[in-house]
This record gives sequence, structure tokens and C-alpha cells, in this order.
Amino acid sequence: MTRRILLAGGILATVGLSLLPFLWFVLTSFKSQTEIEAAPPPWWPSGSLGFYRTALFDHHLFDYALNSVVVAGATTLLALLFAIPAAYALARLTIPGKQGILAVLLCVSMFPQMAIAGPIWRLLDSLGGLNHRWGVVLPYVALTLPLAIWILASFFKELPPELEDAARVDGCGTWGTLFRITLPLATPGIFTAAILILIYAWNEFFFALLILTQPEQQTLPVGIALFQGEFTMPWGELAAASVVATLPLIGVVLLCQRWIVSGLSAGAVKG
Amino acid sequence: MAELELRAVSKSFREQNVLRDISLQVPNGSFTILLGPSGCGKSTLLRIIAGLDAQTSGQVLIDGKEVDHLPPAERDIAMVFQHYALYPHLSVRENLAFALKMRRVPRQVIDDRIAEAAQLLEIHPLLDRKPKDLSGGQRQRVAMGRAIVRKPKLFLFDEPLSNLDAQLRTSMRIELKKLQHRLQATMIYVTHDQVEAMTLGDRIVVIEGGRIRQADDPQQTYNAPADPFVASFIGTPPMNLWEGCLRTQGSEPTFQSGNMTFPLPAHFLPTLPPHPSTLTLGIRPEDISLQRTPHSLRVEASVDLIEDLGADLLIHCRLGNLKLVARAGRNHGITTDMATSLFFPVDKLHLFVDQRRVDSPIAPPA
Repeated sequence: MTRRILLAGGILATVGLSLLPFLWFVLTSFKSQTEIEAAPPPWWPSGSLGFYRTALFDHHLFDYALNSVVVAGATTLLALLFAIPAAYALARLTIPGKQGILAVLLCVSMFPQMAIAGPIWRLLDSLGGLNHRWGVVLPYVALTLPLAIWILASFFKELPPELEDAARVDGCGTWGTLFRITLPLATPGIFTAAILILIYAWNEFFFALLILTQPEQQTLPVGIALFQGEFTMPWGELAAASVVATLPLIGVVLLCQRWIVSGLSAGAVKG
Repeated sequence: MAELELRAVSKSFREQNVLRDISLQVPNGSFTILLGPSGCGKSTLLRIIAGLDAQTSGQVLIDGKEVDHLPPAERDIAMVFQHYALYPHLSVRENLAFALKMRRVPRQVIDDRIAEAAQLLEIHPLLDRKPKDLSGGQRQRVAMGRAIVRKPKLFLFDEPLSNLDAQLRTSMRIELKKLQHRLQATMIYVTHDQVEAMTLGDRIVVIEGGRIRQADDPQQTYNAPADPFVASFIGTPPMNLWEGCLRTQGSEPTFQSGNMTFPLPAHFLPTLPPHPSTLTLGIRPEDISLQRTPHSLRVEASVDLIEDLGADLLIHCRLGNLKLVARAGRNHGITTDMATSLFFPVDKLHLFVDQRRVDSPIAPPA
């Protein structure tokens, strides 16, 4: 009994600790300027929506959000488009040096961004990608591919190969097998990969700041960071904008949750 | 319905020969069993026939036509897999329809075929369920239904009953046999279970170490095994086999193994080569008699252990330093540690010279 209480207490403390900063931001976003500047600031806000109004309309948050949707959406689609065939090949075909390829992928994903920022900037400069939304999509795809391939490859590997044999006997070619049998069964893996890519692309700040210097193309993280004036720190607007920027992600994850249920392949073979 | 021919099919994975020079004729409408211990290459052979794996050399012919360049889909074969391989995201009905849809068979025909197969296999009530909601036996039926609706030239079965419990396996075995009679289809069935092989097949192809050891009807395989491996693999408990050499005592040639010698029955003599290197003598436990029978060898044995199977007994004996198992009825009053006489009917003895049977026409070396 004591063990259970300790465990429950531990879980509550951990969850509380990680939620606390976010909670403080949400509370702050509903405060007024005077409440923020009060010392000590009150815990509970008065429920003012003033900061939301300024963030959304004066700071053009919708334009940044639209850019983020385009960039994150394109990144997710493109990364999956490349990752699915790559992962399938790595999971199923006998490729010499397969383990090596996977190891290299893992190494690539661990490269410090700082180290490749310069080369990427020069590359995009010569390609004419600076200040274009596709200019950030390209590095995002490159940086998220390793993780996506790893996740998908491990999912594909877990699917019984007998199912693919059955599909081939039943009349499917390689692509038919992939689309009719393997992909529907790998849905949980695909959604898991998609969400991780989406979260990365949605939150990425460094490359976006480097590559997108015009406000018309900037994404939410950059846009929000640039709220800061030369002499002012608009905490209220920052908080409101951060809440608005986080909501779509939470929505997408909740919406996709039912797809990320594993065990979909139960019943395919004995077990 | 179709006939299958394999011409000198070989397969190697990285220097390792999995199948060596397999040649086989499977006549139209026959139920052929590929039997062997695990790892003998029988499943690989089935996959080569299906087109799922490519052979290293040799040809596969279906109805006299070479199919080596054809993908599985174009060979007109259906396969039932060991783990059923039902598509988990499709209902039973969609599983049955899948292959037909891929071949663009008209909707009406698909519905008719599904109805027909569902009736044959009694799976009507399951049609709208997903595979995960079925029991093992039901999944097995659906897997067979998926093959039946195709009306393929060849049915291939890869150990389809090995995942079922013993009771269900027996009843499915009987159903499968009936099904084959009904469909008059050519079926090739892979198993490591010699009971399945004996009861289902009209021909058993025993494979071991990537070679065909014997291809015969079940009775012949049991009565006249081509080599010691087949002799020990078919039958439970396995045949008693002793390795030994040829000795001549006076004018009588005898077989010596350990400290035991047996006079060799006269009918073996003309077939013996002048200087055989290894001889193996065998007799099945069920052929050993506890009572004197005409034309039999008498040996004295001591009883080590008795296993009671209910219907009869397995008597584990010692003949000098050789071991032996006899199968006998319950009414002989045999007890452990007693000495007893055993009788080997001479016509039930099996003799192998250099690992080949000598009292029957020697099968061509594989």
C-alpha cells in the first residue's frame, strides 16, 4: 500500500514538474499587463484576453502559423515519402552492409546542428533557397529522415514476412504488397514517425531563424521569438502566442492517438 | 489441376547447399507429401515451387511449361502458410476475395466462389469477422478457403497443421483428406510429422540434408525404406537399427554388431556385394514377436524397461550390448529385469549395405 502511494506521489510530482512551466505560461497568457508586473504576481489570472488579441492581430500570428503549417506539413509528407521505401528496403531486402547503413543514419541524426549550419546555408544560397519556405523544408527532411527510417524499419521488421509472401502468391507485385498489405498494417508506425517529424518541423527554431529572414516566410518559433523589442519584453503576448502555437500540435496528437495503437497486426499469424 | 515436374533443382545460400539436385514428378491430382526433419530443405523446395525463392539451378515445370521466370502470381498456385498469413486488416470475406480481386475476377463470380468455399469449410458465420476474432482452427479453415476460392492448378501447404493442438490436428487432417478427394486437386504438402505424411499422402517424398532419400507411396515407404534414415524416420517408435559388419563363421555368413552375431537369412545372400564396408540391420518394434514364428531368428534379451501405452507395451530390451525396442500386446506376462526370447521373422528384417537397402531394387542415388 505504502509502495503504491509512493509510486502515485512520484508520478504526480514528475508530471507536475514537467507541466508547471507550461501551466504558468497558460496562466500568464490570461493575465493583464498590471497583473504580470505586480510583485509578487498573482497565481490566478483575471481572465483577460488582451494578450491574445495583440498576439493574433498586431503581431500577425496567423501568418506565421500558416507558414508553419506549410513547412511542417511539407516536411512530414516528403520525409515519409522517402522514409517508407527506404525503411522497407532496409527491413526486407538482403543488402550488403545493411547494419552499416543503419549505423551511419544514426550518426547523421546526431550531428550537432551548429556544425552543419554553415554548409547548409551556403548550399541553400547557391540553390536560391534562402528566404523560401522550401529552403527550410529541405534540411528538415534531411534531418528527420534518419529517425523516420529507424522507426519505420523496426515496424516493418516486426510484420510477419509470411503476409507478404501470401500477398505475392495472391497476385501482388512489390508495390502492390507495400500499399495493400504492409502499409495498412504499419499504420501505427507511420503515424508515430509522422508525429515525431511534425513536432520537429513545427518547433524547429535554429535553421528557420538562419534561413528565413523575411517576416513573410517566418515560422511560429521564429515569429514569436522576434516579438521581443529593443527595450521591451512582451511576456504576455509571448505567453499567449506560445499557447496558440502549441494547441495545434496537441490537437493533432490527440486526433492521431487512436491510430498509434499497436497490436493492429494481432491475428495475422498465431499469437 | 496440373502436374508438376522438378528437374535437378538445387539451391545454395552462401556456399551452403540447401537442396541438391532434386528431381521429382508430381502427377495430376496426387497428394504428395514432402517429409523431413526441420532444416532439411523441404520448405525451401516448396517456396521454390511457389516462386517465392529462386533456385540456384534446375527447372520447375507446371503442366510441362517452364515457370522459372514467372513471379508467384503468374504460376497459378495457392499456398497455405504455417502461420495462416491471414491479412489482419481485412475481414474473412475480404481475405477470401483478395486474390480474385487482384486478378480482376467479376464481382458475381467472387461472391459465388466465396459462398461455395464457405459452405465447403463451414465458415459462413465467420465471413464478416476479422482474423483476430477467430480461433486457431477457424483461421486454419479460412486460410484453406483462401486457397480453394482460387481454383488454382497447384495447392501448396507449408506445415499447415503444426500450430493446432493435437485433437484439432487430427480432425483437420481428416477434413483435409476429404477435401482433396472432393476437389481432385494436385496438392503438395510439407510436414515433419510422419503420421500426417502416412495418413494424408498418396506419395511421400522423404528429404534429408537437401536430398531426396525416397519417393514412394506410404506403404512402400514403411515396408521397404530405402535407407537407414528413412527407416528410422518413418514409424513410431523408430525401427531398431544396428550397424555392423559381415563375418563368415564356417560356411555361414553372419552379421556382427557389438558382441552380438546373427546368421544372415538366405534371401539376403545373393544381393550382398563381395566386400561391403558398412552393414545396417533393422527390424521394426512391431515386427518383433515374443512367440516362436516359422522362419524367424531367435535371440535372448533382458528386459530393461516397459512403457505401457494402454493398448500395448513398448518393451525396451538389451541384447548383449545392443539396445532394442519391441512392441507387444499386454498378455505376455513380461516384467522388468527378466530374460526373454524374442523372435525376428526373417522376412521382416531390413538390411542396408553402404546406407542403401539391398533386398529391393536400389533406388537411383540422389
